Amino acid sequence: MVLCQISADGRIPPPLGAPRRLSATDPKPLTSTVVRDDESALVSAAKAGDAAAFEELVNRYERKIFRLTMNITQNREDAEDSMQEAFLKSFTNLDRFQGDSRFYTWLVRIAVNEALMKLRKRRPNQVSLDEPLNDKDGEDSVFREIVDWGPSPEKKFAQTELNEILNSVIGELDPIFRVVFLLRDVEGVSTEETAQILDISVAAVKSRLLRARLKLRQKLNKYFRRSEAQ
Amino acid sequence: MNCKKVILELTSYLDGVLDSSMRIDLEEHLARCTDCRIVVDTTRKTIQIFCNSDPVPLPQDVRERLHSALLERFRRNSKTI
Repeated sequence: MVLCQISADGRIPPPLGAPRRLSATDPKPLTSTVVRDDESALVSAAKAGDAAAFEELVNRYERKIFRLTMNITQNREDAEDSMQEAFLKSFTNLDRFQGDSRFYTWLVRIAVNEALMKLRKRRPNQVSLDEPLNDKDGEDSVFREIVDWGPSPEKKFAQTELNEILNSVIGELDPIFRVVFLLRDVEGVSTEETAQILDISVAAVKSRLLRARLKLRQKLNKYFRRSEAQ
Repeated sequence: MNCKKVILELTSYLDGVLDSSMRIDLEEHLARCTDCRIVVDTTRKTIQIFCNSDPVPLPQDVRERLHSALLERFRRNSKTI
């Protein structure tokens, strides 16, 4: 059963007409001879010093990494810094990438760490990836409030309003759950890769994902409650 | 299967990785339990709504600063080789 329409290789096609300029002062894009679709060939070429190949990797993942850091930090400045740091660190440390995982998984791991560091700086006492000791909103609370949403609850809202609601509820989620939900359900990363990225067990990913989904569902109840007219 | 078990297996069920005998048990329970049916349905919709939401756009100025920083790093790197 596929719930999300994000492609398996984690790619978001760039929008039509998206600029490929390297910078405002250097409008000439680098060109690599490496076939664009072959990630491992791009990584090998980048390791051998082909800057254009690395730029291809950046072009491929910059939107996804920015979305991820934005969703984790909930702050544009922190999201930009985390994304930039993640790409620079991945370039600098490319020699250490052994190819045991996809390059994208390795990059996401760096980006998640950078974003969480930013979050910890802003909220030093609130960001921990350890299991909360007293989590009262878990599985046991599910049946406290049973609310039917009707067939297409999101259509009750204009797109901008819906985006604000989704940003707000995801921002309310504890980072320990937010990150797992973002990786699994928004970025389409597998359970095993999520465990690898966060350095936790597969069982912990599953448990956190369940709680994240239930918490988000509960937070959305007040917006999507089926009205009398439905 | 009882309601608590349905919740415990919810993620595997929605991800389509529940083994077939367990899935049949769960669906039999859903057929007679309105509360669980609503929980499963609204949790599935939660995931779909987030999946289908507008991706956060990458602003042009953010992208340009990223590529300028990379270019600078490429240049610095090539000088040190």
